[in-house]
Amino acid sequence: MVNERVWQALRSVMDPEIPVLSVLDLGVVRYVRDDGGQVRVGITPTYSGCPATEVIQRSIEEALAREDLDPVIVETVLSPPWTSEWLSEEGRRKLQAFGIAAPTARTASSVACPHCGSHHVERVSEFGSTPCKAHYRCVDCLEPFDVFKCI
Amino acid sequence: MTSSEARLRYVLRLADTSLVLGQRLGEWVGHAPALEEDLALANIALDLIGQARLLLSYAGEIEGRGRDEDALAFLRDAPEFCNVSLAEQPNGDFGRTIVRQFLLDAWQVELYEALSSSADARLAAIAAKAVKETRYHLRFSAGWLVRLGDGTAESHARVAQALDALWRFTDELLTPDALDEEIAAAGIGPSLPGLRARWEARVGAVLQEATLKLPAASRYPWHGKRGVHSEHLGHMLAEMQHLPRTFPGVTW
Repeated sequence: MVNERVWQALRSVMDPEIPVLSVLDLGVVRYVRDDGGQVRVGITPTYSGCPATEVIQRSIEEALAREDLDPVIVETVLSPPWTSEWLSEEGRRKLQAFGIAAPTARTASSVACPHCGSHHVERVSEFGSTPCKAHYRCVDCLEPFDVFKCI
Repeated sequence: MTSSEARLRYVLRLADTSLVLGQRLGEWVGHAPALEEDLALANIALDLIGQARLLLSYAGEIEGRGRDEDALAFLRDAPEFCNVSLAEQPNGDFGRTIVRQFLLDAWQVELYEALSSSADARLAAIAAKAVKETRYHLRFSAGWLVRLGDGTAESHARVAQALDALWRFTDELLTPDALDEEIAAAGIGPSLPGLRARWEARVGAVLQEATLKLPAASRYPWHGKRGVHSEHLGHMLAEMQHLPRTFPGVTW
């Protein structure tokens, strides 16, 4: 099945900003569809202005070309809007191991420091180094860290 | 049935407001009072420019003359821009930027919430995405307005003065013209009188917490959304458009 080979190839396409997450972990691939011999991959941006979106689109096209799966049409879908709830369970574990706290609820008390596991943390800013992250600090181990925003 | 001309003009109003405001915030990069605020303003600018790109691309498709988002952003002159006049007002100090941002964030949250159920499916999709981002922007600007308003005598005086200076531009956001009415009647955009009530309630509550007085109503009719701008927009566009106009077709 072509579709299954496409899904398999997508497992190796990583987010350029958070290279431990694949596009499947991130939940940005909305469908792989065989349209009468023409394979279409639908992706959705995490944030309207996220510069990684265009890189992801090109990376997907290149990965599929390497597997001789081209020509595949990679198209953008906006609705329904991406939510951090689409992050896979595996993706959440990878994030935490990479030093970025996974999104939980909107309250600071549910965020766990990715360095020491403490919930004794404080928010420095709702905006961090990329659109998808907020900036926190652990009050116990004193390390700063990023939190994947809940959106 | 609305004409595609009306739809195009309306989408350009939304797009240009986000683009111009995003460009203004971009002027802060490297100059904000603290690193966290520098990052926050840049992040908000990025969201706004991202929203503008989606809207401008859609406008180009409605127009059907082959203009893409770049042609619309970089190759139109000030009278062709349809942003509300408030968005183009200069940054001033950090407090003034926060006041401008707060007034527009509160408006965009209401606007995008309403547009999420627009009869225009493409606009509804863009708005449903944008509203999630805009709620973050509003939390940031409202939080800072309270800190500055309810802060020192100096910070209070500065944001109070900025609020007085910028308030006269808010009527344009909330008073419908013929195009707004046509768009509302078609179920594409919200009824602005209804939006005004929600905006005033939201803004009033934050101003109270910030110990700031609601300025007196000003009905001077600004017409940015009809292409009649303050002198500031031309200067801003000169900088924003300089590169692609000097080197047509330039790429990174």
